[in-house]
Amino acid sequence: MLDVRLYLAQRITALVMAPLVIGHLAVMIYAVQGGLSGAEILARTQGSVLWALFYGAFVLAAAIHAAIGIRAIAYEVAGIKGTALNLLSLGFGALLLVMGLRAVAAVVLP
Amino acid sequence: MASTETIDVEIWQGDANGGAYRAYAVPAQRSQTILDVVTWVQQNAEPDLTYRFACRVGMCGSCAMTVNGKPRWTCRTHVSKAGDGPLRIAPLRNLPVIKDLVCDMTEFFDKWVGAGGVFKPSTTRDDPIPAIDPSTVERAAASEAIECINCAICYSACDAVAQNDGYFGPAALNRSWSLINDIRDAGRTERLSAAAGTGGCFNCHSQQGCASHCPNLLNPTLSIAGLKRAAVKAKVRGEI
Amino acid sequence: MIAEHRQQPLWFAFALHRISGLLLALFLPAHFYVLGLALKGEAALDGFVAWTDNPMVKLAETVLVFLLAVHMFGGLRVMALEMLPWSSRQKTFAALAAAGAFGVAVCFLLGAL
Repeated sequence: MLDVRLYLAQRITALVMAPLVIGHLAVMIYAVQGGLSGAEILARTQGSVLWALFYGAFVLAAAIHAAIGIRAIAYEVAGIKGTALNLLSLGFGALLLVMGLRAVAAVVLP
Repeated sequence: MASTETIDVEIWQGDANGGAYRAYAVPAQRSQTILDVVTWVQQNAEPDLTYRFACRVGMCGSCAMTVNGKPRWTCRTHVSKAGDGPLRIAPLRNLPVIKDLVCDMTEFFDKWVGAGGVFKPSTTRDDPIPAIDPSTVERAAASEAIECINCAICYSACDAVAQNDGYFGPAALNRSWSLINDIRDAGRTERLSAAAGTGGCFNCHSQQGCASHCPNLLNPTLSIAGLKRAAVKAKVRGEI
Repeated sequence: MIAEHRQQPLWFAFALHRISGLLLALFLPAHFYVLGLALKGEAALDGFVAWTDNPMVKLAETVLVFLLAVHMFGGLRVMALEMLPWSSRQKTFAALAAAGAFGVAVCFLLGAL
């Protein structure tokens, strides 16, 4: 089911995300101490090019990675094939990409 | 050693349309193998019980069956090693049943060929035989992947095969990897193209069910990981 | 009931990787939706963030942290298996991945309490 192109896309996005996940986990453990607030989150992210790039790259990689993962599960477990499989995979990836970029915009745009 | 003790055995019987387990009490013997048990049932209780075996010494790979849920070579599996409770003997998983314990191996061997399992010579019989240095990396890798007896135990243990009709499976890809490392072979490109395709090595999830069940202690997951690297390299270089 | 042929540690490592990946993928749209609330102003986001003070929500977040960490560590193990020279210590690495993820989740939970 996975050919070499999908495999490479899956592994490259995984490698890209590994340091991003470590950063994300570190920020979460740091930020959750003393309770979260919307203001605290936005103070960190608003107007920051660095966070925009960090989360922008994260969203892009996660959308591709998750779309391929969902594709494998849909095929292997649910037996979905052909056009339906492509639509499901591409649709899920597009949903994550659009929602994810919107979320990044929401927290970084001043 | 005659004994009055018996083993409770359930043997699946049927065909492609379905079947059921039937129970037998088989006299216990010392050093008794699963194949001995099946043979006793066929000779004493169920004359039309259908099963396959040949060498009885772990060479031919024809007697694999599912024993208490695990694929095993029955000629070299002692009853005492098969676990507690009644013995449940069934045909291999992931292959169509012909009758009782006999599976149709056609797809297994078709995939062997499809994955590029047939040696393609780079020289003719008139050329000198190439010398293979036993200390090379390629020869060491090939050595780890040979000794496969085509018993289909790995194929039967593999969930990727169960979930994906087109997947070549561990045995065929392991064979492909042994040929990739054979310096006399001329079929590298076709083989890597097959490995990189939709039935190929990228369907493997590295669960290592193949390696944990292989009676000859081969590790097809290792071979498939090698194929993944080789196929990625070939793709990046534009060779496939 | 887990089939006999699957009862080995590396199948459990696979199952954990697949389930964590699936749950993370399904969680992401909700995650993005909530962050997107900030578009409607800080108050909308704050309303949701206040809800997360609930101890049960904190526990659920800890589970998500575990899923993310175990998917990353497990994924790194699989990529090392595929890309680096073979190591026969896969069961050890899989155990370390689960233990490391558990440690990360505990760190998060201790910080959140």
